[in-house]
Formats: sequence, structure tokens, C-alpha cells
Amino acid sequence: MFMSNEEQNQEEQHEENRDKAPPSKPDPVNESCTVEVTAVKVEAAGEPVLAEPVAKAKEPELIRAAYEHPLPIRLTHWVNAISLFVMITSGLRIFRAFPTFGPKIPEKVLLDIPKSITLGGWLGGALQWHFTFMWFFVASGVFYLAYQVCSGHYRTVLFTPRDVPGVWPMVRHYFFFAPKPPAAGQYNPLQKLAYTSSVAFGALSLLTGIVLYKPAQFSWLAFLFGGFHLTRIWHFAAMCGFLAFIPGHLIMVLLHGWSNFFSMLSGWKREPEYQE
Amino acid sequence: MITRLEDRELKRQSRRQLLKLAPVAVLGVFAFPKISDRLVAAGVRFSDWASAELFRSQHRAQTFADSEVVPFAKFPYNGYDVLDPEVDLEKWTLMVEGDVQRPGEYTLAQVQALPKISQNTRHVCVEGWDVVGSFGGARVSDFLKLVGANTGARFVEVECADDYYESIDMATALHPQSLMCYEMYGAPLDRMHGAPLRLQMPTKLGYKQAKYLTVVRVTNVLKPGKTGYWEDQGYSWFGGL
Repeated sequence: MFMSNEEQNQEEQHEENRDKAPPSKPDPVNESCTVEVTAVKVEAAGEPVLAEPVAKAKEPELIRAAYEHPLPIRLTHWVNAISLFVMITSGLRIFRAFPTFGPKIPEKVLLDIPKSITLGGWLGGALQWHFTFMWFFVASGVFYLAYQVCSGHYRTVLFTPRDVPGVWPMVRHYFFFAPKPPAAGQYNPLQKLAYTSSVAFGALSLLTGIVLYKPAQFSWLAFLFGGFHLTRIWHFAAMCGFLAFIPGHLIMVLLHGWSNFFSMLSGWKREPEYQE
Repeated sequence: MITRLEDRELKRQSRRQLLKLAPVAVLGVFAFPKISDRLVAAGVRFSDWASAELFRSQHRAQTFADSEVVPFAKFPYNGYDVLDPEVDLEKWTLMVEGDVQRPGEYTLAQVQALPKISQNTRHVCVEGWDVVGSFGGARVSDFLKLVGANTGARFVEVECADDYYESIDMATALHPQSLMCYEMYGAPLDRMHGAPLRLQMPTKLGYKQAKYLTVVRVTNVLKPGKTGYWEDQGYSWFGGL
């Protein structure tokens, strides 16, 4: 699929270069349609054919497509993906310095995190990565939420009580090979649940992160989470939430193929599986 | 919203939208260690700046009841090269230098003559552990008054008998819970915990709480590469809680 797309792209680029002779920019969909129709006509005229195919050429084949992901969503998705990768790998390196939630004396190693999956080399280096990318992480998260709320786009993805009945049929479909429930909108109830909870994990990791970073300045927030010591567990739990989300997310992306993945890069999805 | 458009137009739109993502590629510079080392160090400096802005000079860190304090035996100590630099407690004096009206050597008795503060506060290590301890001492702010320090200066630097060194911002030095600590758990500071005098500031991480103090300097300038033992290796300089 990937190959064919690229080939077509190249082919198309040649074509576009040829068409670029007139300086006017054919931006609206209709205008470029006309260009295409004429091109087809010329081709059709070159062949000795009857009236019927010519009539067909007048209506160029249209493809169903959806502009799924507006630019702010795509930007924040990728900045967030990179930040999350850095935050988790450097966070695990930080955890390695005191790999337990118990007392310092006696210290019992709860989890021995392999060095190879961590970032930063040592505690100080990992903290540098963590304290740098926390800004990207927060900025992308805040911008994402602000955009979703202001644009109203959040309605496509926010999990609401109405979605509850639809979760189980999707679980049955994914894990127990039940038939696929009819798709209503861009996201099915299970997707909404996953994406909405990933935002919740982000909010939890931010709030607990603030407490761990500034427990004295944000003592009221520390109090809400049950104090500094407990907050460290919550912060870790938020990461576990991400670690539960990410593999499922990546597997689904793999299963749904190139066009689905490419839509998070280009915004456009070719032949979406849903109607409306 | 499903639209119908020609293959060619769809590709054109897709390509155009894809190009708009190009700015994200800037983050790729972090993949080059030589560049990323400097960038993440700058990130920490930015975080330190934000931390200093966030610092509320009169906001007190949480204090605890005596029943919540961990037993003394479970209060950890970290030495950086030796566990006990064998300070001669009889002859010990504290050298005060820099932007002060009365520089010179001060005795422990002079520090102890200042109003004594006892507080049960949380000691947080950069590694992630925390412990509630009991500390007694004089306020750093009272000591700075005693020596006639210019509290408009930016930093307080300290040097230690074990060659450790530290520096803190003046706002934290003047914080009401920042102590020149000479007691833990009601007893004179022992040799593992920094006898005879250490810093104890519940608004700072553990590595800022320098032990075995020998020199206090009030200054406006920190020498690069000489801002703090761990900070010079990459820890956050502000190290504030």
C-alpha cells in the first residue's frame, strides 16, 4: 500500500509540474477538477472511442475522504509522542535511583529497570531530559486541550456516558472475534475511552509531577494527593496508564494500515471506514 | 465529515498538510548528543528560572507533629567522599566573607546565641526518597543579620570541611524555615550528619543542605563551574521544593 501510494505520488508530481505552467493557483477543489476533466478529455479524444466513455470522463472518479486531524491536533500529537517517549524513558532512569516506594532505610529494590531502556545515562542527566521535555509535554497538552475545547472538535473524541454501552461490543470485537459493531462516527466508543483516558493520564502525570517538583510551593496540591510520598506512587501510576495505552494504540495503528497512520501526518484519510 | 474529491486533489491536499508538520522535525536536534547535552542543560536553567519565580518567600513548607517524625536511626545520611571529615569540634570556627559588614571567624556559641528554631520538616532527596526529621538551629536570616550581610546580594555560598560546596539564592536564605542547623532530634548534630553546623532548608532538595560548614560567603557572582558540587555535574542549581 505504501509503495503504491509513493509511486502514485511521484507520477502525480510529474503531472503537476506539467500543469504548473499557468501561474494562477488552482486552489479550490472545483477548479482543479476542471483541469483534470480537460486532461482526461484530451486523452479520451486521442483514442477512437464511442460517445459513452466520453460521457464517463466528464465525471471524474471521486474518492471518499475525510479531513480527520486538523493541524493543531497533528502537531500536538507528534510533539506529545516525542515528549512522552522522553518523559517515560528518563523517568524510568530517575526511578532507578530509588526503585521503590518504601522507606530509604531499609531500601528494598521493587523494580530493577534495565539501564538499556532508559534515557539520560545517570540520575542528573535523566533529570535534565525530564525537566526540559516536561515543558514540551505540558505545552502540547495545554494547546491540545484548548484547541479541542475552542473548536468543538472534542465532541468527536470525548468519552461520555452515552458511549458506555458501546464499549463492550468493541471489546468483544477486538479480543473475542465478535462481529464489528457498525461505526457511527470517527471514533468508536472504545477508542474514545482510550483517548480520553490518555488525556486523563497526562493530567494526572502533570499534577503529580508538579507536586514532586515543588511540594512546598504547591503544598495544597500535595495535600490533595495524600502527601509527597504517596504522590510519587500516583506519578508512577500515571506512567503505567500510558504504558497500557501505548502498545494498544500502536497495535491498532499497525492493524489499520497505512492510510489510517498517514492521516495523523497529513490530516486526510482516504476511504474512511465510517459513513456520514 | 466525509467529502468526495479527486485522487489528485486528495494527494495535493495531503502533501500540503504534511509539509505543515515540518516544525516538529526541529525536535530532531535532540537526537544528536553534542547538541542535546547543551539543550537539556538550558532546559534545566529555564526550569530553575521558573522555580525561582514560583518561590514564595514567606510560604512555609509543611511541618509535622513529633509523632510523624521517623526515628533518628532511620534518617539516612549521604556522604560525598568521606562519611566523617573529622572536624576538630573544639577549634572549629565559621569563616564569614564577602558582602558583609562584619566578616571574620564566628564560633558555634555565637550561632547558638541567636533565637533557636526547632522544626519537624520533610527532607527530600533528589533520588526520590523523603523523610521527616527534627531539626534545631538558628535562622540563616538571623545569622546574616548578625554578620551584617547585604541581603540585597544575590547568593549565599558555603564551603565545607569535606570539600563539598554549595550556593543558594538569597530569597531562600532569608526564608523563615532556612536554618543554620546544629541540632537533630534535640541532640547536637553528630559527625555523620554534618557536625557541628549544616544548612537545613525544607524548601530545598537534600543536596543543597551542605554539611560540615566552614565558610559562608555573601556574593553577587557565582564562579562558573563552582556553583555546587552536584550542580556542576548537572543537577539543577535552584533545587527548590
